[in-house]
Amino acid sequence: MTTTQPENAIEIADLTVAYRERPVLWDVDLVVPRGILMAVVGPNGAGKTTLIKAIMQLVRPAAGQVLILGRPIRAQRRIVAYVPQRGSVDWDFPTTVLDVVTMGRYGRLGWFRSPGRSERDAALETLRKVGMEELRDRQISQLSGGQQQRVFLARALVQDAEVYLMDEPFQGVDALTERAIVELLRELRARGKTVVVVHHDLQTVPEYFDWVTLLNVRRIASGPVAEVWTERNLRLAYGGRMAILAHELAPAPQLRASPAPDER
Amino acid sequence: MMSDAISHAILPGIVVAFLLTQDLSSPLLVLAAGATGVLTVSLVELLGRTGLVARDAAIGLVFPALFSIGVVLIARYAGDVHLDTDAVLLGELAFAPFRRLTLLGVDLGPRSLYLMGAILFLQIALLLLFYKELKLATFDPAFAAAIGLAPAALHYGLMATVSVTVVGAFDAVGSVLVVALMVAPPAAAHFFVRRLSAFLALSAAFGIATAVVGYALARALDASIAGSMAVSAGAIFSLAFLLAPERGLVAAWLRRRSQRWEFAQETLAIHLLQHRGLPEEQEECRVAHLEQHLGWSAERAAEVVRRAENRGLVRREADLLSLSEAGVALGKERLST
Repeated sequence: MTTTQPENAIEIADLTVAYRERPVLWDVDLVVPRGILMAVVGPNGAGKTTLIKAIMQLVRPAAGQVLILGRPIRAQRRIVAYVPQRGSVDWDFPTTVLDVVTMGRYGRLGWFRSPGRSERDAALETLRKVGMEELRDRQISQLSGGQQQRVFLARALVQDAEVYLMDEPFQGVDALTERAIVELLRELRARGKTVVVVHHDLQTVPEYFDWVTLLNVRRIASGPVAEVWTERNLRLAYGGRMAILAHELAPAPQLRASPAPDER
Repeated sequence: MMSDAISHAILPGIVVAFLLTQDLSSPLLVLAAGATGVLTVSLVELLGRTGLVARDAAIGLVFPALFSIGVVLIARYAGDVHLDTDAVLLGELAFAPFRRLTLLGVDLGPRSLYLMGAILFLQIALLLLFYKELKLATFDPAFAAAIGLAPAALHYGLMATVSVTVVGAFDAVGSVLVVALMVAPPAAAHFFVRRLSAFLALSAAFGIATAVVGYALARALDASIAGSMAVSAGAIFSLAFLLAPERGLVAAWLRRRSQRWEFAQETLAIHLLQHRGLPEEQEECRVAHLEQHLGWSAERAAEVVRRAENRGLVRREADLLSLSEAGVALGKERLST
């Protein structure tokens, strides 16, 4: 890294992503400052997952550019940690919990070098942190949903990145695990890391996060929760599909969004 | 499924290479097969990505098409050579020792031994070199791409290696045995291990056992070697499927059975707990009435009560049942969860 640290973790300009000419993200501009814990919310099919994938260059944008700490992603892969949705792995694959967490170090190792003692130790240390040390020799399909999620979180933590992108880390997780994960995310923020989380539960947004982006194909609003988390913006993002009690909006609004028919 | 498809789909590649070289032992055949293998995978991938056909269907569409092109090419242009369809499908292992490798007039041994030896060496080298990359790209391609490994390139590379292996092997043993040996030993090993390295080692061990047992079987029965080996591959898989500890069929069945008795005892405990100290207790908590109230057969009710008594969950005076402290605790615990 150079001597002058760029101020923003992620800068997105005019990002458009289309699947077969149907725009999923339409000209999105977004600036994510360093050291914040940000939620990305929006109705189903709003392009939240696509936004994360486009930042990682896992889908090819039709237009626009993305910078991570001032440089394109291909130069920054080592300092970005990505937690995909749980469905993306082969659960029958013969691999253990410790093995999966060690994979977080593969990017740092680069091609050809094998993981050794220091990678193993780092993985064990992180497993301890997420309270999964005793299950380290389990085959991953033998874990509960919450345990699986913690393993993949541990894999991201062991990368020791600057920017963390997580796609619904609370999906299929019990309340206790959700608390534990939130604690870990706050710890990351306290260490100056930037964390972006695709999130579904509107009620917990003001409690868990300090920054929020409302998305519905276009960027509706983005900024500190205190400024952006308003009834007006939520209406813009969710349209009519929401039962909203205006007087409960601040500080913790009771919001319920009904799912759109086309889940992406 | 993919290896099965590749083993058939590479046929046109071999035929075209043969027609060009007019030499069945040319190394060009192996290269052409490898290239056709990659073509197969690419076509399946392309067809799948249109989103118009399911992935299995894409495999099922591509490989018969390519295979039939190969068959037509043989029938049209190479009907008089050894490359007939029977040989491709079944092979004849017994003849493999007669196809010798000679260099400057010196007989060096069976050709297949050298060919497969070279392929084995290549594979072990590639595996050692790309072990962690292949592991991650197979297990979690999205994450592999995210950290800058190239999962697509690795996938095609793997499939090219598979193609080369398949063509080398089916020159010796025919494609039925190739598929049996590629699928059955790893499928059997999957029941026993949790780690990829152990999985690979055990798969290889099962493969060797398949060959040794199959050969002994063929000698004992005076039957086809390839056929006997396919039978022994199936037998080894079946044994693993039935008898593997923890994940085998028998182990799963035993586990389910013990869980069923466990659950029945919990049901009994909850039933007794609900009626404890109430007026209808005399009526509800009799062995003879379990049949009626819980819908159990008389034998089942008697067996559940016997097991619960042995575990000290239930006390029995004449026909009347009551819960012990342990039984109350269990019932309450189950109700609270």
